[in-house]
Amino acid sequence: MSTIEIPYVSKPRPDTGLVNAKLGIWLFLASEVMLFGGLFSAYVLLRIGAEIWPEGVSILNVPLATLNTVVLISSSITMVMAWASLVRRDINKYRFYNYITIACGLIFLVVKYFEYSAKLHHGLFPSESTFLAIYFTLTGLHVLHVIGGMLVLAYLQFIGSKMWNTDPARFTGRVECAGLFWHLVDLVWIFLFPTLYLM
Amino acid sequence: MADTTITEEKKSEVSHEEHHEELSFLRKYIFSTDHKMIGIQYTITGGLFLFFGFGLMMLMRWSLAYPDQPLPILGFLVGNNGIMTPDTYNTFGAMHGTIMVFMGVVPLAFGAFGNFVLPLQIGAVDMAFPKINAFSYWCLFVGGVIMLASFFLPEGAAKSGWTSYAPLADIDIGLGQTFWLVGMIFLITSSLMGSINFIVTAIQLRAPGMTYMRLPFFVWTQLVTAVLLLLAFPPLEAAGLLQLMDRVAGTSFFLPTGLVISGEVADISGGGSPLLWQHLFWFLAHPEVYVLILPAMGIVTEVITNNARKPVFGYKLMVYSLIFLGFMSFSVWAHHMFMTGMGTTLNAFFQTTTMIISVPSVIILSCLFLTLWGGSIRFNTPMLFALGFLPMFGIGGLTGLPLGLSASDIHLHDTLYVIGHFHYVVAPGTLFGLFAGIYYWFPKVSGRLMNETLGKLHFWGTLIFMNLVFFPMLIQGMAGINRRLHDGGASYADATAIIDPGFYSHAANYLYLNKWMSMSAWALGLVQIIFLVNLLWSIKKGKKVGRNPWNATTVEWAAPSPPGHGNFESAVEVYNGPYEYSVPGAAKDFSPQFEKGAST
Repeated sequence: MSTIEIPYVSKPRPDTGLVNAKLGIWLFLASEVMLFGGLFSAYVLLRIGAEIWPEGVSILNVPLATLNTVVLISSSITMVMAWASLVRRDINKYRFYNYITIACGLIFLVVKYFEYSAKLHHGLFPSESTFLAIYFTLTGLHVLHVIGGMLVLAYLQFIGSKMWNTDPARFTGRVECAGLFWHLVDLVWIFLFPTLYLM
Repeated sequence: MADTTITEEKKSEVSHEEHHEELSFLRKYIFSTDHKMIGIQYTITGGLFLFFGFGLMMLMRWSLAYPDQPLPILGFLVGNNGIMTPDTYNTFGAMHGTIMVFMGVVPLAFGAFGNFVLPLQIGAVDMAFPKINAFSYWCLFVGGVIMLASFFLPEGAAKSGWTSYAPLADIDIGLGQTFWLVGMIFLITSSLMGSINFIVTAIQLRAPGMTYMRLPFFVWTQLVTAVLLLLAFPPLEAAGLLQLMDRVAGTSFFLPTGLVISGEVADISGGGSPLLWQHLFWFLAHPEVYVLILPAMGIVTEVITNNARKPVFGYKLMVYSLIFLGFMSFSVWAHHMFMTGMGTTLNAFFQTTTMIISVPSVIILSCLFLTLWGGSIRFNTPMLFALGFLPMFGIGGLTGLPLGLSASDIHLHDTLYVIGHFHYVVAPGTLFGLFAGIYYWFPKVSGRLMNETLGKLHFWGTLIFMNLVFFPMLIQGMAGINRRLHDGGASYADATAIIDPGFYSHAANYLYLNKWMSMSAWALGLVQIIFLVNLLWSIKKGKKVGRNPWNATTVEWAAPSPPGHGNFESAVEVYNGPYEYSVPGAAKDFSPQFEKGAST
């Protein structure tokens, strides 16, 4: 059945200099930018139209969010280290750094859980105000992206890394693509944090 | 002893083979990753939805022609003793739009033709990501099932129009609108994954020698369509998520402060903006219009240049116009919103961009007309549909100009004129392109030609009845008859006469057209039976043909008909441009891209 071979899966096409997956992930990231771009423009329009708009500091927990920012940025660094280890053909180091990245994602989710439950405990539901509505929607969608990224990283850590023995170039490419997605998730948070918490 | 063991072994071999066959049936026809099979899956699914959406409209046309009278024979479909209530009419209207646009035409024009033809035309073995390709199709399938399931909800399916304008859609009771939103998220995911796949395939998997300026125009249209889907759909997904939050979590993204529902101030936090929905929606839905029309333009270009036996006029001009059109389509969306009170400055901006975007479409259409000039034209069925496309799309485009200027739009907004305009673009426009494509590539899919006599009958019937359905809409619209009225404007026209008995009831004088339009719509439905019969008959009994029945130049005709797994027997190389017809001094009147030295 699958006897045919798709070209440029692990070796770049000479005239474009890209493997298929890398072009694919960049296009996917473009669509993600448009998704969050749409939501951010919704935020701008709603805020301009609002008579009163609460300051994020007065409702949200800035220290916890700062901690989360540090955690996510660190995870981006370990993500790059994981990929760089593979380029240097060191699978064990890759596994080590990838563990840390997944752990950072987990810390982020736990902190977020405490933030959410504190809000809900104080009766601050999305239906309370437009600010809370956009806060829950934007961060909720971001959390979904973190979970999605962690699932991919976990797959590459355990099942997916078998490919290292058969096609190391392709596996490195996969880790790079996962890394690009993870950086976007990180970047979205870097925009979310000042927009919601500080401004 | 020995004999029995052998027979047992044989038996087990046989059963093993049967088992293998069973597996491969599932892998081959259901969960296939082959782009051709996925293309056929898209064709069947999209085609069925198209007929279903048309069926809804044929029922609605009864209510328009004979309002509040029981539907004969098929009354059980609408309940209420066969009398269609305004609510049912609204449901059918909303679902007709949704099904036709997102589940009928996009899967056919983009999913089906793109999947089947694009890899073949660039000389690729398959799509770049075959598994994601299958995933795209199954997302469409799930989204479609959710949409269909919503008809069986106690309060029925979504009924706030295919545009789902807030706050109406936000406060609609029942689960219909929620199902619509969840279904849409699946459909959007399907299109997003598909578009990534198409772009990567067209850029990465081109055969050696297939430079960008040697790509068939069809591939270019699919590429631009994919970019539009990729960048325009996510904002609608964002809008869908916000509306889902409004409906499920009780937020007020699209609900303004002090909203009054049924005479009572709603218990909401307020502060939302209904206009925000319109902006996000049309930011998708205007590029979506080009998603609907561009693939059809691509198909028509292939068919016309092949049957005029001439190179297409101004290939590069067409490609650049196409790219410019794709780019501009992101900056015209608010011409759907002239009447929302955005202000004259924004209106002026968007009507200017709208006038600008009409230029590249006119260039492409003119190039196609000029391709015919001096050609030795073959009038076969695909060519007839392609030729029909040109004036029909022309009417669709030209009737759009008065809508694109805010001064004349004030009069025409929300009348049947709008319906007439965009149906001319999509029905005799896009659908003619798709029919042309089906007749043109059917030999590649099945190895057989479709019947010409039935095809010509189908063409003339469709052409006549489509015009009889849609042209009166333009007249009724200019008379001021509103769209979305379940009685076709009867009560509306009478109301004017009641206020002032001596008043010449303008709209009332054109209501008689409703009956004619409905009859034509049903006749149009009957004519499509000819097409179905032709399609099914030709699969088994059509005239057998070889690889290149149309004497065409593009690469898909180098593959066997139907192409096997992996498409080509040997690797393809491309030596010249896509439309080298009637090259002076050449041995035959077509010089295929895949034949070395064919054009010298």
